[in-house]
Amino acid sequence: MMGRTIFIDPGRCIGCQACVSACRECDSHRGKSMIHLDYTEPGMSVASLPTVCMHCEDPVAPCAEVCPADAILVTADGVVQQADTTRCIGCANCVNACPFGVPKIDLQAKLQMKCNLCYDRTAYGLAPMCATVCPTGALFYGTLEELQAERPGVQVADSFAFGDVMVSTGVAMVVPADKVQWPVPGGLPVVEVNGVDVR
Amino acid sequence: MTATDPVKAVSLPVPVSIDPSIAPPGTRNFRDAGGIPADQWHADQNGETLVPTHCCFCGVQCGMYLRVDKHGKVFGVEPRNHDINRMRLCPKGINAYQQVNHPDRLTAPLMRRSRDEEFKEASWEEALDFTVSEIRRIQQAYGNDAFGLLGGASLFSEKTYLVGKFARVALKTKHVDYNGRLCMVSAAGANKLAFGIDRAGNPFSDILLTDCLLIAGSNVGECFPVMTQYLWGARDRGASLIVIDPRETAIARTADIHVALKPGTDAAFFNAVLHVIVAEGLTDETYLAAHTTGWEEVKQTVAAYPPARSAEICGIPAEQIVQVARVFAAADKAMAWHARGIEHHSQGVENCLTVINLCVATGNIGKPGAGYGTITGQGNGQGGREHGQKSDLLPGGRSISNPEHRAQICRIWGIEESELPGAGTSMMEMVWQMQRREIRGLIGICNNPFVSLPNYAVVKDGYDTAEFHAQFDFFLSETAANAHVVFPVTTWAEDEGVMANAEARVVKHNKAQEPPAGVRTDTWVICELARRLGAGHHFDFPGSREVFEELRVASAGTVNDYYGITYERLEETGGIAWPCPSTEHPGTPRLFEDGRTCHPDGKIHMQVVEWHPPMDAYTEEYPLSLTTGRTVAHFLSGNQTRRLGALVEQTPRPWVEVHPSHGFRNGDPVRVVTRRGSEVFPALVTEAIRPDTVFIPYHWPVPTAANALTIDALDPRSKIPEYKVCAARVEAADRIDEVPAPPTAPGQEAYPEAQVSRTDPLPPTSPQGRGTAERS
Ligand code: SF4
Ligand code: SF4
Repeated sequence: MMGRTIFIDPGRCIGCQACVSACRECDSHRGKSMIHLDYTEPGMSVASLPTVCMHCEDPVAPCAEVCPADAILVTADGVVQQADTTRCIGCANCVNACPFGVPKIDLQAKLQMKCNLCYDRTAYGLAPMCATVCPTGALFYGTLEELQAERPGVQVADSFAFGDVMVSTGVAMVVPADKVQWPVPGGLPVVEVNGVDVR
Repeated sequence: MTATDPVKAVSLPVPVSIDPSIAPPGTRNFRDAGGIPADQWHADQNGETLVPTHCCFCGVQCGMYLRVDKHGKVFGVEPRNHDINRMRLCPKGINAYQQVNHPDRLTAPLMRRSRDEEFKEASWEEALDFTVSEIRRIQQAYGNDAFGLLGGASLFSEKTYLVGKFARVALKTKHVDYNGRLCMVSAAGANKLAFGIDRAGNPFSDILLTDCLLIAGSNVGECFPVMTQYLWGARDRGASLIVIDPRETAIARTADIHVALKPGTDAAFFNAVLHVIVAEGLTDETYLAAHTTGWEEVKQTVAAYPPARSAEICGIPAEQIVQVARVFAAADKAMAWHARGIEHHSQGVENCLTVINLCVATGNIGKPGAGYGTITGQGNGQGGREHGQKSDLLPGGRSISNPEHRAQICRIWGIEESELPGAGTSMMEMVWQMQRREIRGLIGICNNPFVSLPNYAVVKDGYDTAEFHAQFDFFLSETAANAHVVFPVTTWAEDEGVMANAEARVVKHNKAQEPPAGVRTDTWVICELARRLGAGHHFDFPGSREVFEELRVASAGTVNDYYGITYERLEETGGIAWPCPSTEHPGTPRLFEDGRTCHPDGKIHMQVVEWHPPMDAYTEEYPLSLTTGRTVAHFLSGNQTRRLGALVEQTPRPWVEVHPSHGFRNGDPVRVVTRRGSEVFPALVTEAIRPDTVFIPYHWPVPTAANALTIDALDPRSKIPEYKVCAARVEAADRIDEVPAPPTAPGQEAYPEAQVSRTDPLPPTSPQGRGTAERS
């Protein structure tokens, strides 16, 4: 399975947005946060869930696959990099291709930006900014063994089903131990295509 | 100064230098992509240093490094692996560094002779002379006690020591108090009564060892976010979590038991829990017999609180009370932590005592994983009152009314006992005294009562009535904007000093940059005022280090013993919990391990508590409870955090949280009316609050101030205001009150990034997921 990576545990998230602030401080895109913090049931519960780039492995990075300018590179260690500024044409193909809704476009600069697993930090042995500061450990950086040593019995998933399409990712999610479902259903169920009910 | 301990000269800690090759590869272009604050993100990182220090905000006191560029300017933050926080930081901590070189910083004294004039920049000489002449004029005409001093619990302990000494020795007034009076004095009072010592019994790390964790009145996820890692760590090891809170907070969401009781009913609840524990024979009678006094009386009192009765008072199912009692009492090791939710009440001390009774009756005191704690809101909420800034305390937590304690301090200070004033009044009482013209002049240091005190109309009237008002701050707070003189002082990153966190662990903050030109340290200003008042020989302190040396000596032999703590030891160890009586002593992270408390008989003095209703009565006109609290992005009166773009963006304005049963839709203008006034907020409709309760976060000034609505009733013992409950009603309105921009000095542009977000009218940005998306 995965090596040193981010594990997301929504059960621990308190919605504080420290990850969002920390991501802004990251030197590779200082001033912009690449983290989405979603509230899953607003008005009903305070549950929240951070989304970072999942660094898809199989199929390898849909965002990179669809990029007409070959601006999104995947490093040997599986990190899907943010678009190379000298190549990106700001077409937003990657935004549409990503099943997790991660890449962002800076419309003014006509540039794509996304989480690159803090390559500027991880390459030097530091953890990504978001996972470093997350006060609750909802974002955890390390190996599966390190995570399990800290949280006995924790179960993780790194395969997501979008309809019939399976995506396995470099970043993993903690799933409730008593409700392990394999693969984890990803995204919203498709109920309608071009006005036709496909349920 | 008669401190005898020799002062050893030492150099500042050597900052850790960063290997310049760790510069981010080829990514600088992104810095231009809409940064907040753009100007600071162009620092020259070659030759960057990291200065180890701590966060300036809450009582967790997370360790952090400030990033300093080669020109000596703070420009960023880097997480630090300190054992309090192990790299973690909350959004306030991450953005705190942006204050240091913020465009709103005050860099010259501001002065005006009357409130009808505009502020003008003045020289330090002028501002100090004017202040001293006003102090003299007022004190000569109306007596020494006509001049008051209000300090703050965000000051380093050295400065809080100076505030107390300055009031008594230089101003010779009894009127000194501090804003920790609004924070955890109820817990302090309860701990003193029960244990004879005013601090949490256990370190945070004990939370990881407990089997049952009870959190009462504390929104840990938002107010002390980094403490959450201990909670989740305990849960990973199988501990059960009980949360007592009228709102479903982030920690309540995943608790085993969430008791959403009606605000102001805590004592009735805890008495009933103890009632069940007694009835089911779950008390630890051996422990009670060996270590306590007063148990029989407590037992008799709680007999009158069967679950059915309390359930009715608290508005919860009686079964929950039984459940909490069984889970808490059955745990091998149980702990209770509480915060303002049970402390901000007219029976705040009593509420805390009921929690203590629960821990004591089950024998959960003084063991790893078993004990009690109070979570301090302000960075130095704990240390801020230990050294004499509180109206009734002298350094070392000595009582100002105790002749022996007075004599000890007079010896250290080199004054006659007859010169030392007696106990003064509390912060809110001082405002009432200003209204009555008993106090005619005031200096405020590091506090913002215009936002943070209850019943704004009274506060404004009190300050307006004062003939002279000076304020120390680094931003022009709403309160400073009312002053005659404003002294521009340093931020936490421009001076060194110690703070004591919620565990009573003393940590050292280091200086990361030189203050901007024109800015002085609070220490310098206080000593300079003392010199001009003719008390200079008592205030010969070049800096914090010299003050700390006197503080150590002044605390020696007391319950709050700091004698063994030195700057060098703090730097080596990363923090030492007091009491620490000698330089060989390791400090005391956990209290009462030998079974003895700090009372002379070594016993825990259990106290009888009867519940009584909140001060503001519910009527048909005011049927709801209004309660207040914090949001994760802002700190206290918001003077600091309402100026930082990222935090303003995260939470630009307050809202009123209401249950769907009131029929409002998300974002609707809702007028909240209490007996003190009314204001209009956007509705945040949520099922995560009781139908009979509404909530407003309190970080903003009028006309969006929760504290324009709250009641200025005080706990008779701790004098803490009853912020957490008052009677209110809600009604539909046609427009929402706008949040005013934070005041700035003349000539300063309002900070544009903050402005953009602040004028965003609607609706609340789903803080912590509470907002209702229109559900289909
Ligand atoms: S920092 Fe952690 S707890 Fe806070 S919002 Fe992000 S993931 Fe959630
Ligand atoms: S505000 Fe408190 S929890 Fe947040 S970083 Fe500062 S000390 Fe830590």
